[in-house]
Amino acid sequence: MTAPILASATPAPALSAQSLSAPSLSDVLIIGGGIMGSAAAFFLRQRGLSVTLLESDLVGRQASGTNFGNVRRQGRPLYQLPLANRAMAIWRNTPALLGTDVEYLQRGHMRVCYRDRPDTAASMEAYAADAARFDLDLEMLSGNALRARFPFLGPEVLAASLSAQDGHANPRLAGPAFARAAQRRGAIIHENCRAIHAGKSGDDFTVTAADGREFRAPTLLITAGAWAKQFVEGFGETVPLTSRGPNMCVTEPLPYAIGPSVGVATPETLESVYFRQVARGNLVIGGSLQNQTFPDAYRVYVKPDNTLGQWQQMQRLIPAVARLNIIRTWSGIESYLPDSQPVMGPSGSVSGLFYAFGFSGAGFQVGPGVGETMAELIATGRTDIDLSHYAIGRFADVR
Amino acid sequence: MAEPAIVIIGAGPAGVRAAQALADAGIRPIVIDEGRRSGGQIYRRQPDGFTRSHATLYGTEAERARALHTCFDGLEGRVDYRPETLVWHISDGQVWTLGPDGHQSIPYDALILCTGATDRLMPVRGWHRAGTYSLGGSQIALKAQACAIGSQVVFLGSGPLLYLVAAQYVKAGAHVAAVLDTAPFAARIPALPKLLAQPAALWNGVLLTRTIKRAGVPILHGVTPLDITGGEEGSGAPDGAGVDTGPAARDGRSSSRAGTVDTGAVSGVTVRTADGGERHFACDAIAMGHHLRPETQLADLARCAFAFDPAVRQWLPVRDPDGRASVPGVYLAGDGARILGARSAEASGRLAALAALTDLGFPVASVDLASLRRDVATYVRFASGLAQAFPWPVEQAAALPDDAIVCRCESITAGELRATVTDTGAQEANRAKAFSRVGMGRCQGRYCGLAAAEVIAAAAAIPVERVGRLRSAAPVKPISAGSAGKAGA
Repeated sequence: MTAPILASATPAPALSAQSLSAPSLSDVLIIGGGIMGSAAAFFLRQRGLSVTLLESDLVGRQASGTNFGNVRRQGRPLYQLPLANRAMAIWRNTPALLGTDVEYLQRGHMRVCYRDRPDTAASMEAYAADAARFDLDLEMLSGNALRARFPFLGPEVLAASLSAQDGHANPRLAGPAFARAAQRRGAIIHENCRAIHAGKSGDDFTVTAADGREFRAPTLLITAGAWAKQFVEGFGETVPLTSRGPNMCVTEPLPYAIGPSVGVATPETLESVYFRQVARGNLVIGGSLQNQTFPDAYRVYVKPDNTLGQWQQMQRLIPAVARLNIIRTWSGIESYLPDSQPVMGPSGSVSGLFYAFGFSGAGFQVGPGVGETMAELIATGRTDIDLSHYAIGRFADVR
Repeated sequence: MAEPAIVIIGAGPAGVRAAQALADAGIRPIVIDEGRRSGGQIYRRQPDGFTRSHATLYGTEAERARALHTCFDGLEGRVDYRPETLVWHISDGQVWTLGPDGHQSIPYDALILCTGATDRLMPVRGWHRAGTYSLGGSQIALKAQACAIGSQVVFLGSGPLLYLVAAQYVKAGAHVAAVLDTAPFAARIPALPKLLAQPAALWNGVLLTRTIKRAGVPILHGVTPLDITGGEEGSGAPDGAGVDTGPAARDGRSSSRAGTVDTGAVSGVTVRTADGGERHFACDAIAMGHHLRPETQLADLARCAFAFDPAVRQWLPVRDPDGRASVPGVYLAGDGARILGARSAEASGRLAALAALTDLGFPVASVDLASLRRDVATYVRFASGLAQAFPWPVEQAAALPDDAIVCRCESITAGELRATVTDTGAQEANRAKAFSRVGMGRCQGRYCGLAAAEVIAAAAAIPVERVGRLRSAAPVKPISAGSAGKAGA
């Protein structure tokens, strides 16, 4: 596949002696065209920096394109809420900002807990009290009030925490929409361009692609998700990055009725299923056990027993789902870190090098905020967003 | 050595002959089939209590049908037969089934895929209307239920099935309004030498045409379908299509769904004739199709390699002459691998079973293999003649009006698909699907995927093989979430 996938993509320069001896120059070079890299490219262009983005496959096709599509602040660590709020403001503005509809629906996000885990209800209440300080308004619901508003919930559901200002969007559209918008603003985007080596000599970083092309810039941003580790290690830093594949499926369409995205709050991975209804009417379902990934082959295979386990759990959350047909299952390759928090911010050892990867299955909502924050950090050298929790250095002693 | 576990998927001509070969070798294969009884689509048996003869049901193929039914019935006790069971996934050396007793996973040492075919469909403006059926569906209505799809039926498309089903409708006493073939008659002449590889089948085709003509049914060659016309707007809205009560519709952002698709039932079909004129045929049902396409999703889930076959403009699973797929232990036979017809399927089914036996270390007579390979080769030659005589009308995809629906499940028009190609640069099938929803509905692109690829190729001005093929995803057909049972149960 060598077709230019973005409509007006600059054609890849023919591999020639000239292009080899004269690598492409830009202010910022980005490796990885998921929603993080695409949004960063967009906001860097907004700040007037020249950007070249290298995507080994197609933009927004891996974790960014295959995730569930939650645009939720609820449930994130309190220290992450300023970043999530920044992202929310962008999500609300996406039609104007991107010139296309990414199917963002601000119709709420609801976490529920089961009767056999009453302690989860208590922790949801405590979270709601704390989150109010960060402009995250959560409404606690239980008993008849909960059932009157959400009669589809199963009898095991004890209580719920509703965030009316959260919502969901279409992951298949969002990442590529940021990339196209960045491109319209002048970013150079190379799809099917796999970076195989990144290094720094003098003031510049040089990145070599599998086809021999070279790219150079004084600033390098690694947003390569599950493929980030090789570059990090190439610069002498350590990160215990792993990857897993989410367990996704979708039902046939039915009349639109359910506004919020709904998920189970539980310490048990098996139980942690969630769903949302898209405007077309289908229920998109995710959660429960995850799948093994094959990042080198860009493949992940959905395990049938994970699928069946998920459907069983879904019937606890919304019993009527039993009567719905499932028409498709899928997965993708998400990058994970042991503390479930990303690496985001400057390298600990190489100046001009920045990271934003390892979002551990929770990157979609914050993605536009990450892009804007990284652009701010790169362009101005500072940001008000507290990045201390995401420092690469926290893994320095991990071997 | 323990007896190897051999799973055959499909109990049509290929599956039955594969099962027979294995049973004869002393192995008890597991035969999994979606159907209620063996026979596949071509030799589908009528429901209990129906009393039509084999001659009535299967015409010139009556004796083959009888032989196949008798063969499989005679294997009772020697095969582990699981009817009404869907294989919805293949993973890690196991097939995952959903049958009358729920879900099961079955490990295999060898897997013989005899998954058959469905219609290859080229969209026509108005083909979403109630009363539009595929040729295969129209034939099943007659064969299984003794029903016609309408009181006045037009047959539209091309290929041998067009004439076969039309003739079957005529013989059954249904009113056939017209047979409209997109292939020019002249295309048959250069194909004749290849078609003569199967003189009996060729002669059968001549007889079918005679049956249709004697009933006074007009047969037009070289037509270009223009429009399937319909009745009042909003009458008989198909399930899902044209209805969107979601927020997008309320916000007025959904242009193509709410209200703008005329969903009235079929009232007729307009075509441009070979001489450039226009003709309209009134009817209340249309049977359409352009030959068949293999059902290859299970081969894809089994991770078999595919290659583009320019003769039929389809991506087909790669196999060796005996049916070995690229994945060790997986074998492909019958129309599910390549459209070669029922007779060929019997040979390729047996051949695939013998290949599996050979690979598992059982003795197989080389004389038998050689003769089966020769048989299959003549069907390959005949099929290439059919492809030449009844070509897939790719120009129709390029000429499809912007307001014609391509993906009926998701109600996506040719114009929307073309806009996706133009606006986003998506030229690859899965990418265009992700952005446009074409192929994202209940059928997962099984019915629109080939035509959508042609629309994309024409819009992007690239060869159709560059568009690629839709990746298959489980479940192969929709199954209910409730089928998994309840947690902890």
